[in-house]
Amino acid sequence: MDDALIGALLASTLRVSTPLILCALAGLLSERSGVIDIGLEGKMLIAAFTAGTVGVTTGSTALALLVAMGVTVVLSWLHGFACVSNSGDQVVSGVAINIIAAGMTIVLGIAWFHQGGQTPAVSAEVRLLTIMPGLVAKLQGIPILGTIVGEGLLSHNIMVYCTLLLVPAVWWLLYRTRFGLRLRAVGENAHMVDAAGVSVKGMRYAALTLNGLLCGLAGSYLVLAQNASFVPNMTAGRGFMALAAMIFGKWHPIGAFWACLLFGFLDAVAIRLQGVTLPGIGEVPVQAIQALPYLLTVVLLAGFIGKAVAPQALGKPYLKER
Amino acid sequence: MSANQPMSRWVELGVLPVVNLLVALLAAGAVVALVGQNPVDVLTFLIRGAFGTPRGLSYTLYYTTTFIFTGLAVAVAFHGGLFNIGGEGQAIMGGLGAGLVALWLSYSQPAWVVLPVMLMASIVFGIAWAAVPAYLQAYRGSHVVITTIMFNFLASTLLVYLLVNHLKPPGSMSVESSVFGPSAKLTSMRDFLGWLGRDWPASPLNISFFLALLAAVGVYFLLWHTRMGYALRAVGSSANAAAYAGIKPKHQVMIAMGFSGALAGMVGMNEIAGVNGKLLLEFVSGAGFTGIAVALIGRNHPIGIVLASVLFGALFQGGAEVSFEIRGFSRDMVVMLQGFIVLFSGAMAYVIAPWVNKGAVSLVSLLSRSRHKEEPGASHG
Repeated sequence: MDDALIGALLASTLRVSTPLILCALAGLLSERSGVIDIGLEGKMLIAAFTAGTVGVTTGSTALALLVAMGVTVVLSWLHGFACVSNSGDQVVSGVAINIIAAGMTIVLGIAWFHQGGQTPAVSAEVRLLTIMPGLVAKLQGIPILGTIVGEGLLSHNIMVYCTLLLVPAVWWLLYRTRFGLRLRAVGENAHMVDAAGVSVKGMRYAALTLNGLLCGLAGSYLVLAQNASFVPNMTAGRGFMALAAMIFGKWHPIGAFWACLLFGFLDAVAIRLQGVTLPGIGEVPVQAIQALPYLLTVVLLAGFIGKAVAPQALGKPYLKER
Repeated sequence: MSANQPMSRWVELGVLPVVNLLVALLAAGAVVALVGQNPVDVLTFLIRGAFGTPRGLSYTLYYTTTFIFTGLAVAVAFHGGLFNIGGEGQAIMGGLGAGLVALWLSYSQPAWVVLPVMLMASIVFGIAWAAVPAYLQAYRGSHVVITTIMFNFLASTLLVYLLVNHLKPPGSMSVESSVFGPSAKLTSMRDFLGWLGRDWPASPLNISFFLALLAAVGVYFLLWHTRMGYALRAVGSSANAAAYAGIKPKHQVMIAMGFSGALAGMVGMNEIAGVNGKLLLEFVSGAGFTGIAVALIGRNHPIGIVLASVLFGALFQGGAEVSFEIRGFSRDMVVMLQGFIVLFSGAMAYVIAPWVNKGAVSLVSLLSRSRHKEEPGASHG
């Protein structure tokens, strides 16, 4: 293996993992407060569509990000209204959000842009491009430093680095602040939190708000950094993969981060291994590598490699006793 | 009159689904209006496209067939207290099972051998794909919702792998298996009715429609007229109480998911044996998720599910017609409406139901007062 390949793999792993990490952190905040979030996929899709639409029509990156995040926060509140305020089924609500997103993005896309559901490409000024092109160019040509550090680590856009900072930030929020303690407590034993005089609904809505903000970022990334235009169903299961990564990381931000990197790496490898024969193994089917994240998650859930324990109050609506 | 008054049966089964549907239609209508189209026009074209011609009706019933299978699959699991999101994956596996049998036997054996074996294979493959998440839920404590989601992805990846690497004829560009022999083709409704001397337009509708109706009757008898169904529903309403009565909840999880997987697997008969005549990608295309909406609006009862399946069949067929008639209208409007139905009749069930009940109760008392007959039990009729 040469360093150019390692650099390229590193770069694509980080690129692919970024939306997964954002989405997994979003799911984690919601689930640690006791609210199941199956709707990650749908929220990410709607955010991508919104970012694409706003990016094309206004030509402003900030506006595209803000509106996308606003829309997903509203969706998270809708989820909260159904499940936190009115004790509806959290899984059903998430499924509803996914189906609505899949349909509505295409309906609006076709009606507004007449391109078979696609949005026009956002202009280069709106897109998030690499933040240190000068440095990467300067490092080019130097062995190892140029490929692994330059291409692999420094060639990314601002959102990749922000996401990497968000991981310790979410950890700090959950494990080192009073807010985080309460958020985790509400996901384990809502009655206890209520008895302590903290609003269960308030905490869960706060968690869902943060969840919406992060889902908005994850979806926007797909259009503003990865693909330039919105394509129907462009999330292609990433929301579910993030859900799997969150579980694989045992509902812990650092664990989820490593799981996302692993899944992102598998994705990067799968593309490169197409048609390559490995010594001793033969040709590895791409589908086997693509299936690995889901398979690993099932095996972990089955308790064969460690044990993933969900928050105790997950999925249980809280009814205040009167 | 308290807000938590128990709901009369006629309100729960008759009024509530209709109100839920109307609310969802209103929401979808708002989106239709938002994109500058006339909701009334759309609805008129839709109904005409779905029921206006024998051909339209035939397509409607073809979609209905698949939705009856997936709707029943979701409902049986619901009665067992489980949420099976895996209908999609189980249907893919059912189709795969039927397709593999067809590729193996259809050129050497007659139809009366091939078709029953295909049916068995679709059922067995469906059961197998549901049994693993069921086992993990019952005996390893992992949540069936998460595992069935993962199994959906595993099923579609497996199908892609088999088609690309093993089943695709060499040299072929499209990701499809070779075409089955004629003995693997389920009789089309046109041929079947022609045989009875009736005229019927050519369409994908085939006799698996009767299989779906039979399955609905079977589910009814299973759930409400057998010991097994009683045990299944007992666990669904209260696993602890059922265990106290000597029913083993873990077994019931396996049984409920087994039936659920079998029903979803039979989608393969309609799509693979009835319509396509070869294995291909995307033959389920979301029907597993439509089954959730069907079961919710059909109140998990076989009769309700058949009616809801006709409704969704009409929406899919009518939606396709509307997209030809009105420029800029997308068939995915129906997918969106389906999402609204899941939202309003599933997730927001506790928001709308009390209002509906209150309205129904006051309507009944109003009617009985106007007849000058004060019947205290009228609202519980």
